[in-house]
Amino acid sequence: MRFPEQVGRLGAVAAVLVLAALAVRFVMIPRSYFSTRLHQASTVEREIARPVSFAGVAACRECHFEEYDRKTKGYHRNLACETCHGPSARHAEDPMAVKPYAPRDRTFCPVCHGYDPSRPTGFPQINPAAHNPLAPCISCHNPHDPVPPEVPHDCSACHAKIARTKAVSSHALLPCATCHTASEQHKITPRTALPTKPETREFCGRCHATDAANPNAPKVDLATHGGAYRCWQCHYPHLPEGR
Amino acid sequence: MNKRQFLKGMMLFFPASVLIETLAKQAGGGDTTATDSRTARQAAGAAEPAAAPGTGEAGAGGTAYDASGHWYGMGIEIDKCIGCNRCAVACKTENNVPPEPFFFRTWVERYTIKGGGETAVECISLDPKPRGEAAPEDRDVLRTFFVPKLCNHCAHPPCVQVCPVGATFSTRDGVVLVDSRRCIGCRYCIQACPYGARFFNHGTNTADKCTFCYHRVVRGLLPACVEVCPTQARIFGDLKSRASRLVRFERMNNINVLKPALNTEPKVYYAQLDGEVR
Repeated sequence: MRFPEQVGRLGAVAAVLVLAALAVRFVMIPRSYFSTRLHQASTVEREIARPVSFAGVAACRECHFEEYDRKTKGYHRNLACETCHGPSARHAEDPMAVKPYAPRDRTFCPVCHGYDPSRPTGFPQINPAAHNPLAPCISCHNPHDPVPPEVPHDCSACHAKIARTKAVSSHALLPCATCHTASEQHKITPRTALPTKPETREFCGRCHATDAANPNAPKVDLATHGGAYRCWQCHYPHLPEGR
Repeated sequence: MNKRQFLKGMMLFFPASVLIETLAKQAGGGDTTATDSRTARQAAGAAEPAAAPGTGEAGAGGTAYDASGHWYGMGIEIDKCIGCNRCAVACKTENNVPPEPFFFRTWVERYTIKGGGETAVECISLDPKPRGEAAPEDRDVLRTFFVPKLCNHCAHPPCVQVCPVGATFSTRDGVVLVDSRRCIGCRYCIQACPYGARFFNHGTNTADKCTFCYHRVVRGLLPACVEVCPTQARIFGDLKSRASRLVRFERMNNINVLKPALNTEPKVYYAQLDGEVR
């Protein structure tokens, strides 16, 4: 029997279609599309290939071992460098071209150290509005070894509130001894050996009278200013600009 | 052109085009710079890596990373969290999370429990600006604290169960990942997650979530949030290693997980977890 020519042609077209379908299935569509194992492996590989932005403490220590050693002895020993300096993987790759961020202004430290009632008790917190306003934190605290700039001594050990008030006043630079004389006995038995206080208007006049030598102090005429009142009845000496 | 010529032409055209295309694919086989995910999927073609799940080069170390030897988890100590939000910021930087303030892979919540059992929860990561002035003390507040949250990388993840295309899965080291090329953006997983840990990434149009910084972990680094946490409130470790910090953390603390009744077996463990935390 003769093979009809039409069947042969039809068979060829069908074969081409089948081949095309097979090519699509096995060549064009990736194998990971059908295999769960391969699909998950390719996802994991893509995930692993992502770049890193935070280099980690070990990378910082390789060059900055001095800062690292200082930090390990202080209260910030558990902080990673990049907590403050920001992501620095690119700096670790090319230290000269890319410099990490170094926070120097007052807004950064209160992110952790500003007072917040939800913070755990005992975590050092300050009120940024009242704690030495306008002074950058790093002018008193070394962020790599943060301690109070000085331990309370002399008068502020007991009179801390007055010391803090005076520190933000225009009398900030005057030592307590300018106006008060305290005997050594005052440190031992404070109530029995009280320090002196100014008693006359003329005492304040030593700086604030019109003929006083101090050029920075505001001047008043003692003969006309305030009448019979003493200076400290209107002006609080530890915060003279206060009301 | 008659029918005969047309059929002859077709019979030549189809095999020839398939052949040319295959040759072109093989020439540019290693091309991974294709931006469109569909083109990339085709371009990778038969050259798809046949590695076992979780195997990959361990970055600088040079030693191969074996996923089957690990089972990762995270510990969070509530009493140490100061709510500074460094973790949420670092996570966004590390993982290219959209910058809008309502997309998070990890975030921090403030719980405020008042007298009478009234509990207020607020996501402080939404407004991370530091407070200029200390807030006045509310005398009615019984206790208040911060709770950092992230994907719990459940051992029995509901999000994996509901995914209709199998785009999300657990790796052998216990990390739940999303394949952004396979994800169709149907948001079922976002609905299914009991912890609200997933979000819809409008950049990729897929579901997005915490990966435990998998790319860092296989290189031997800590996740970005753990790296930057200033008070060690977050601890990352391998539960299969007795020496890991996480196992020590579990030994030394009373451990709770979020929503234990759902039997999702989360691998984010909380120490000093308040009963009010949901």
